[in-house]
Amino acid sequence: MTDTTSETQSNAETNGHSAPPPGEHELHGKAEAHAANGNGGGHGHSQYPHLAHHFDSPQQQFDAGKLGIWLFLVQEVLFFAGLFCAYTVYRAQHPEIFVYAHYHLDTTMGAVNTCVLLVSSLTAAWAVRNAQLGEKNKLVINISITILCAFVFLGVKYKEYAHKVHEGTLWGHHFNPQHELWELDTFKSKHPESAKLAEKIAAIQFEGQAKRNPHGEHQGSGAEANAPGPTTPSLPGATAGAADSDTKVRRIQSLLLQASDETLHPLVAAGIIKHNIQATTGLERPATAHIFFGIYFFMTGLHGIHVIAGIIVWIWMLLKAQRGQFGPNYFGPIDYAALYWHLVDLVWIYLFPLLYLIH
Amino acid sequence: MATTTTTDFVSPEPSTTDNYLNNEKGLLSWLLTLDHKRIGVMYLFSVLASFALGGTFALLIRAELWTPGPTLPGVTADMYNQFFTLHGAIMVFLVIIPGIPAALGNIILPLQLGAKDVAFPRLNLMSYHVWILGACFMLLSLVLGAADTGWTFYTPYSTMTETAVIPAAFGAFVLGFSSIFTGLNFIVTIHKLRPKGMTWFRMPLFVWALYSTALIQVLATPVIAITLLMLIVERTFGIGIFDPALGGDPVLFEHFFWFYSHPAVYIMIVPAFGVISEIIPVFSRKPIFGYKFIALSSVAIAILGFLVWGHHMFTSGQSVLAGTIFSAITFLIAIPTAIKTFNWISTMYKGRIHLETPMLYALAFLWVFTIGGVTGMFLAVMSVDVHLHDTYFVVAHFHYVMMGGSITAFLGGLHYWWPKAFGRMYNEQLGRLSALVVFVGLNLTFFPQFILGSRGMPRRYYNYLEEFEGLHQLSTVGAFLLGIGFLLTAYGLLSSLRKKFDAPANPWGATTLEWQTASPPPYYNFATPPEVTQGPYDGYENLEYDEKIRGYVPTKA
Amino acid sequence: MANQLFHCLSSLAAPPKLPDSPFFLMPPQASTISGEIDWLFNVILWICSIVTIGVIIAMAYFVKKYGAKSRIANEKAEKTSEHNTTLEIAWSVIPLVITIAFFVWGFKGYVNLRTIPRDSLEVQVTAQKWSWLFEHSGFASAELHVPVNTKVRVIIRSTDVLHALWIPAFRTKMDAVPGRYTDLWFEATQTGTFPIHCAEYCGRSHSDMWSQVVVHTQADFEAWKKAEQDKNDNTPPVALGAKLAQERGCFSCHSIDGSPKVGPSWKGLFGSRESYSDGTTLVIDENHLKESIEDPQAKIRGGFPPSMPTFKGQLNDKQITGLVEYIKSLK
Repeated sequence: MTDTTSETQSNAETNGHSAPPPGEHELHGKAEAHAANGNGGGHGHSQYPHLAHHFDSPQQQFDAGKLGIWLFLVQEVLFFAGLFCAYTVYRAQHPEIFVYAHYHLDTTMGAVNTCVLLVSSLTAAWAVRNAQLGEKNKLVINISITILCAFVFLGVKYKEYAHKVHEGTLWGHHFNPQHELWELDTFKSKHPESAKLAEKIAAIQFEGQAKRNPHGEHQGSGAEANAPGPTTPSLPGATAGAADSDTKVRRIQSLLLQASDETLHPLVAAGIIKHNIQATTGLERPATAHIFFGIYFFMTGLHGIHVIAGIIVWIWMLLKAQRGQFGPNYFGPIDYAALYWHLVDLVWIYLFPLLYLIH
Repeated sequence: MATTTTTDFVSPEPSTTDNYLNNEKGLLSWLLTLDHKRIGVMYLFSVLASFALGGTFALLIRAELWTPGPTLPGVTADMYNQFFTLHGAIMVFLVIIPGIPAALGNIILPLQLGAKDVAFPRLNLMSYHVWILGACFMLLSLVLGAADTGWTFYTPYSTMTETAVIPAAFGAFVLGFSSIFTGLNFIVTIHKLRPKGMTWFRMPLFVWALYSTALIQVLATPVIAITLLMLIVERTFGIGIFDPALGGDPVLFEHFFWFYSHPAVYIMIVPAFGVISEIIPVFSRKPIFGYKFIALSSVAIAILGFLVWGHHMFTSGQSVLAGTIFSAITFLIAIPTAIKTFNWISTMYKGRIHLETPMLYALAFLWVFTIGGVTGMFLAVMSVDVHLHDTYFVVAHFHYVMMGGSITAFLGGLHYWWPKAFGRMYNEQLGRLSALVVFVGLNLTFFPQFILGSRGMPRRYYNYLEEFEGLHQLSTVGAFLLGIGFLLTAYGLLSSLRKKFDAPANPWGATTLEWQTASPPPYYNFATPPEVTQGPYDGYENLEYDEKIRGYVPTKA
Repeated sequence: MANQLFHCLSSLAAPPKLPDSPFFLMPPQASTISGEIDWLFNVILWICSIVTIGVIIAMAYFVKKYGAKSRIANEKAEKTSEHNTTLEIAWSVIPLVITIAFFVWGFKGYVNLRTIPRDSLEVQVTAQKWSWLFEHSGFASAELHVPVNTKVRVIIRSTDVLHALWIPAFRTKMDAVPGRYTDLWFEATQTGTFPIHCAEYCGRSHSDMWSQVVVHTQADFEAWKKAEQDKNDNTPPVALGAKLAQERGCFSCHSIDGSPKVGPSWKGLFGSRESYSDGTTLVIDENHLKESIEDPQAKIRGGFPPSMPTFKGQLNDKQITGLVEYIKSLK
């Protein structure tokens, strides 16, 4: 092995360099090297500083990146799909939990977030156009607005989360709501008659009790940490004596029987009153209401993490844009980032009605 | 005639410099490389090291099962449960799923496409480092008192047990992303970086196999990712998705888990099919029989594989209707797989068969994978599965297809492409001997397990009834023999690395593009990108063996 | 010949405990369904063996017949077609027909296994880590007792994690899923005892979660029921406690020889002074034992995990007294 340059030759056309330097575009810088083969060699890469060495043309590189980002988005959809599936299963099996829980959500804030993300999607798409046309200043502005909107979204979410912590509507064992359904403004404004009926029943049900406790377990004290299996809500006031509770039940029953279907329906749908009115002895929270909040925090939390990731990507794009890197021959990263961002928006478009707009 | 129009075969003489192994030196030149071949080599050694670790746990398991009661001093039931959990998790997530695509595919795929690299070299490097990160979490679980849930992490046991479930589950979660990125990379590479003249139906079957696998990797892996994330969140925050005490459903976990894990077994076996499809034509000097069928059936298996997950759950309480659908589709998948086997054998008909180590492994594959595949029939049949579910019969079945299928093909491919990747020929005698020992070992280990299972031995058992002792002992002897076989294989391959570069460009006389560059290739793969004018298995008659270089060159005429 | 080989192998250790099965690859055929399952298993076995052996023979034959001498000889393969429509159709259609047959037979058998006959004798079983408790209309037992030639439905529940009830000799199995009921049915055709295994991994003592089904003649079954009744009425407390401790799985966590297991040993427990995880110490008396049975999380012994499940509502006063007296007796 004397001559390393000849080792790879079986005909004169092959290039002569022994150890081509590993730079991106210098590889094909020698004009005589690949002229015969039209692989986008010498003439190609030096013209396009952002063209990677293993691609033949900017078009090929862009197409490859586009296919790549679409595949990435497909797998993101499947990633979220698992949670949507869990949502579907639980909503099909326990619809009343979802009706009950959505009153605890602030639809206005949800709608604001939806608008914010839609605006940010608009500016993201616009940014792609700016990049394609090499309009650096507009590009920078649009990316900045996108980032700003993302922060607004996170800010609103933070407010919502803080409110839930305060309200006690958390997941699992931490579910300990400070307000009953019929005390919530959202319920009262939508179903004033039902709220009044519930107030009356509650007044009877909790006569003589200092602290209301319509749900026997998972009150945060962890007393029943030992009990496996699905639990049933205990009838309040049972300690007050059998005769007492009998009277209460009779009074509650008469209120229920007098009420119209329209008044009763929202309470039944939310699991506060059983479907079988005759068997109802009082108001109760649906037993596994915390599952909704578990799903809510998981889905919105995971979405939020993707928003944060998006912010990081956009900041990176902002820096590159400020350096004037994008133009008609190189705008792929902005295109891909915008696609990702549209998906993040789309996931929220699904989350919003599924969580906030339940009827 | 020749498969390229410009650069013919590069000089068949071995290259001593200007190859990807020695063009740069130093640890960082490896850890920060963008060269797919170096990344593949790193994966190869990482995967083999993990295989050794997972195999050690296997030997501990088999040693413990030598007697019906407690056997090894100090090994309690808890420890045993951790052994089989770690064995399964390491083998599935660290070895077999990355296995052939990451270790062999990374090196060979761009070469078979005449390309300079994969579509996204930096993503490729990130895939590798993410794998390392996932492996670290798995090891962390080991250190913190290893999980004991079984690799299947069924709830609610996995949400309640006090062992280190979260690191193990998180490790698997991270490893999932390594798999997704590799799959994504390969799909784009195959779509966008094929050479001139290589239409879809002129691609080598290994490429078809990697493509089908990549589809599954991208579509199925996110589902296990979210499932494991749900498990971790449930353990940490007590959300109540799977915990019945909080109103959750443990069977929902099983559905989510198997929705990924069934397609995952196709990630494990389809690349193996690809390797076998490469080896058999070359070593029979004949084009493959039924190319299109093999190519398209890989894609079909990949897609159908998404529809059968419930056949792991016939005794879970799922409805008879659901079970029926799952069973029916499972049989559908069996057919293309069987036909592939017939195609491979037909390729050998009237060929000229050479029995070097890669071909020995391919033949072993045909034998052992057939056994593994037909025993899947027993399990697909709903009524018989009720008896066989969760017994050693299942253990035997999946080890036959995974060990006898994936690993055998992996070793075959490793020997086949070893000269290309490392520029040295391995010791042929040692290769054949170790193939034989591995073959005998794996049959001795796993065949008795079929009998154990059907006769009533459940799986994941630390203690067992005395009547099963004899068969267990046979299996344990086989396991240690298998271990010896692997050690011999490792020795045979690794010792070749001490030699100078002595491999010709084309030792086997193959016609796919990777053999048209030097062994090992220069870092840029091809001096001039090849053009393709015929199918990947056409043209054996135009090659002849040159004794001087111990490799093939184009026929002078 | 295979039978002899098998017997030779299994006699490497103790001889098999079970009666010989007519089909050595399977346990005894002790239910109405066993024979059907074994028949199908056999059919699949034969067909798959033929296919496998066929593949191996074809492979070996081709290797022999078409083996190349050496690479130097540069032998060329004969030109053959890459397609053979007849062959390809044949080897697509025949396996398809076979698999359809397998599927249909399997489906029928499965429907049979899962369709609970009306008027079955019902038994409830509770699975917990790591024991089975069978309740036969008022009599609880660690073993399943059934009369022969009678349809029996077993209703399965779990109090903690997934388990699975598997009776190999009856070829039936069903998971025990916490939070819901599952069931299986069988009709035993032979008297005798047959193993029951847990077939879904459930933790430490998964492999020790063993039980058995005792198939009585009708007369014996009645006699057994009567004996159980008498026992319940007349067993002195200590004996009752010992029996319950065995049945309810207490021994999976508590020893009676002084060695600590998951929980403290009962030997010498009564009357000793022990310290607790909340920093208190107390002398163990009847009240404390009763509290530990009904509300075990109230006081956790120092050095032990809070793993004990509650038996509140599962044991009546008489049974608790029995356990307490039994523990007292273990000095």
